[in-house]
Amino acid sequence: MMESSTRNISLRTFLDFLGARAMKVIDGLGAFAIFFMLAFLKIFRHKQIREIIQQIYFIGAKSSNIVMLVGLFTGMVLGLQLFYTLAKFGAGGVLGSVVAHTLIRELGPVLTAIMITARAGSAMTAEIGILRISEQIDSLYTMRIDPLRYLISPRIAAAIISFPFLTAFFDLIGIFGGYLTGVLLLGVNDGSYFYRIHAFVDITDIRLGFIKSLIFAVLVATTCCYQGYFTHLRTDSYGAKSVSISTTSAVVISCVMILISDYIVTSLLI
Amino acid sequence: MKKYSIETVVGIFVLIGIICVAYMTLKLGKVSFSGDSYYSLYADFTSVSGLRIGNPIEIEGIEVGRVENMSIDQKRQVAVVELKIRKGINVYDDASATIKTAGLIGDKFIKIDAGGAGGVLKHGDRITETTAALDIEDLVGKYAFGDVTKKGNK
Repeated sequence: MMESSTRNISLRTFLDFLGARAMKVIDGLGAFAIFFMLAFLKIFRHKQIREIIQQIYFIGAKSSNIVMLVGLFTGMVLGLQLFYTLAKFGAGGVLGSVVAHTLIRELGPVLTAIMITARAGSAMTAEIGILRISEQIDSLYTMRIDPLRYLISPRIAAAIISFPFLTAFFDLIGIFGGYLTGVLLLGVNDGSYFYRIHAFVDITDIRLGFIKSLIFAVLVATTCCYQGYFTHLRTDSYGAKSVSISTTSAVVISCVMILISDYIVTSLLI
Repeated sequence: MKKYSIETVVGIFVLIGIICVAYMTLKLGKVSFSGDSYYSLYADFTSVSGLRIGNPIEIEGIEVGRVENMSIDQKRQVAVVELKIRKGINVYDDASATIKTAGLIGDKFIKIDAGGAGGVLKHGDRITETTAALDIEDLVGKYAFGDVTKKGNK
């Protein structure tokens, strides 16, 4: 009798715990979606273009160096690795198409998004978080400036514009990197390298890559802004500590979401 | 050193970005805005195993078009292939079409011998002389089970 009631209580607490966690996750997802929709609709207000240009400069133009550097070395290592694998089958000639497919469909969008998260996303979270804890967002509100429109919308718009461009940089530089190692170092015929790329890369591959980069742009920008904007609502810490925790979780959540959504998008659109 | 304004840097970034995207979609993606500069010919094959829509068509080894469509004519029991060929490339009455493979395990393509006698084939005409895809498994099978030599002995 006694035993069964304690078992019931422990089952109840377990169910309570599970339900509370599930509701928290669903709450968070809903808040995330509403946050994104409100910020996205406010992109189309007037006088936004200056802010958007400022943010493209920060997210896009200043990230292009690091994205190109990473793209070059990714392409070079793909050229090296794939050549040794393909040469075992005597198919070194298809190196170009394999490198281009890997870059355009998969590595280009994913690695670009992860690099921008590391470089610009973390900065966005920290900046907005500090604006929040130093009560500057409240003072914007007092001056009747919509903080969502003034701070968040330009960042989301700039991310949506910059991500596909940076992905294109990454892809083309990566293909060039594969050319450097594959053709110049390992002696694949350069005509067959570029012929294979032209012959086997299709508009569907390129479309898949750009759809991915747009989805990553929305996810990364919204996650990073959301974490910074609501840094004062964290229950585990406050003040400067909460900014640091928000920045860490923004980067981690963005990277995890990039990889998970990458799988989902690929399986849906392949 | 002259310092560029933010607007200039963003302008350069967006311009290079657009050029890269345009290069990828137009050049690599083979999207053409040039409209309908192709004409269609038809060819009947007994088998088009391995051929896919979009595979290239070659004349003397140079790509002149793509496979546009494939369908079955059940009455005559043949596969009808629609060939999209660039305008200005003339194919004559005595032309022949062959399905070939690029390399041992490569993609299939259609090789057309343009011919030279008779009139020029127009949009919607039919190439009568065709050779179906060479089935390597069939060939290996024949060799392994002695069909080839038997024929030779006969």
